[in-house]
Amino acid sequence: MSASQLTLWYLVASICFILALKGLSSPTTARRGNYFGMAGMAIAVLTTIAVIARGRVDLILIAMLIGGTIGAIVARRVQMTQMPELVAAMHSLVGMAAVLIAVAAVDHPSAFGVPDPLPRGNKLELFIGTFVGAITFSGSVIAFGKLAGLGKKFRPFSSAPVVFPGQHWLNLVLGLVMVGLGAAFFLADDKLWTPFVAMTALAFALGVLIIIPIGGADMPVVISMLNSYSGWAAAGIGFSLNNAMLIIAGSLVGSSGAILSYIMCRAMNRSFISVILGGFGAAEGAAATGAEQKAVRSGSPEDAAFLLANAGSVIFVPGYGLAVARAQHAVKELAQKLQAKRVSVRYAVHPVAGRMPGHMNVLLAEAEVPYDQVFEMEDINSEFPDTDVALVLGANDVVNPLAYEKGSPIYGMPILDVAKARTVIVNKRSMATGYAGLDNPLFYMEKTMLVFGDAKKVVEDMVKALD
Amino acid sequence: MGGPVDPTVINLVVFVLAVFVGYHVIWNVTPALHTPLMSLTNAISSVIIVGAVLAAAPAELDFGSVLGVIAVALASVNVAGGFLVTQRMLQMFRKKQK
Repeated sequence: MSASQLTLWYLVASICFILALKGLSSPTTARRGNYFGMAGMAIAVLTTIAVIARGRVDLILIAMLIGGTIGAIVARRVQMTQMPELVAAMHSLVGMAAVLIAVAAVDHPSAFGVPDPLPRGNKLELFIGTFVGAITFSGSVIAFGKLAGLGKKFRPFSSAPVVFPGQHWLNLVLGLVMVGLGAAFFLADDKLWTPFVAMTALAFALGVLIIIPIGGADMPVVISMLNSYSGWAAAGIGFSLNNAMLIIAGSLVGSSGAILSYIMCRAMNRSFISVILGGFGAAEGAAATGAEQKAVRSGSPEDAAFLLANAGSVIFVPGYGLAVARAQHAVKELAQKLQAKRVSVRYAVHPVAGRMPGHMNVLLAEAEVPYDQVFEMEDINSEFPDTDVALVLGANDVVNPLAYEKGSPIYGMPILDVAKARTVIVNKRSMATGYAGLDNPLFYMEKTMLVFGDAKKVVEDMVKALD
Repeated sequence: MGGPVDPTVINLVVFVLAVFVGYHVIWNVTPALHTPLMSLTNAISSVIIVGAVLAAAPAELDFGSVLGVIAVALASVNVAGGFLVTQRMLQMFRKKQK
């Protein structure tokens, strides 16, 4: 196969990747989209192997088989609540692969059809691909540790922000030194391993330092951001290898991650810069405002079931607490019982209801909740005033009306207008505050009834009471 | 003017157009599928495997080609894992059974 033919096949693969993403515009076309993605990948890999047919194909196939088997097993076994960890782990692999390829390209440019010694342009692109890849790798490893809750074993994995004095200055200095080493590598006339290796090592360190100060609540932004980085790393490698398909695929992924980061920041009303600078949630629990005990109305699951059964319309508001309690299936059963009694049931999902973008939708889908009963915040917020009962399960900050009050820390954050429903039932484990460490006036409203207890137990009791 | 165009410039053209396409396609993705979007983009970014295959290709086994083989294995985890887990998730999204 000639280089031109290969490039045309790469064009076909690139179009498949675009169609794959386009398929995700609706659940009905999404599976077809995924098949397009697989087809694109198959074309890309097979044509590349055909080109190197006289090379070391056996070892490559063995490596693919090993890697592919591991990937397939993980994909089958992973639980849906662990998706954020899985995605973080996969980002780290893309980052590491980018670094390895870049090192191989510095070592042996001719393998890629790039002139030896490396031209300046390729050096610059390799530098970019390498440091973005290295930051993606080590940053994702830290993100994985934080998400998997390994903080007790290793402090940098703590979900609480790890901060120390002069942190941002240290990052800035390391960043500048890294760029300086990159420039030395760029300007050198021949291969210069020392600046290249030092630059890569600094990038690995920076990846760790950038992610450790970011708190658990901001993880949805971090995952999206690393998603974006992994794409840019692939695009950077594409530049250095003059491979248009890698550039296209990398840019699609890069812009996808960037858009998701933006959507997550907007949903939490946080600026991207403030997330990156980190430290949010450091004053954990300190802000449990108001020492005075305010009166709350609490009730039993049976009381709640009675209210639900006599309502015309109900909206369920699931939060991550629901997933932690593994109560999704019980919730679906409750919905079915209510629907059998001709109560309309819908689900309202806040963009940051889970630990990554769209996480709650997947968790509900896993519990076989039909997706046409699940609504996004913008689509359902206007419906709360006409709703008899809003049932809040394991959500707190995303339904906190303080978001409408000037001067409150979460002022301006878009929330689900639960307080506008005629009756509100809130299931909580205790009166503890959410991630933001804020009290929630919703709990003290006259129309609110609190049902304390583990979400799964409470919902199961409600189901029993309905029989 | 005259002379061949620098490959970096052509790469830049491709890059800008791809970001542009990405921007428009991604905003059309329904928020309900943002998690599958992330696992799918993860699988797509592992097309970096073609770079790894090229790095591993030289017949004599040296430093660069060993790194290439390792990179092939790492990227393969993502290729298989990314597409399969996306498939698993998308299979769960069903409408109400009549």
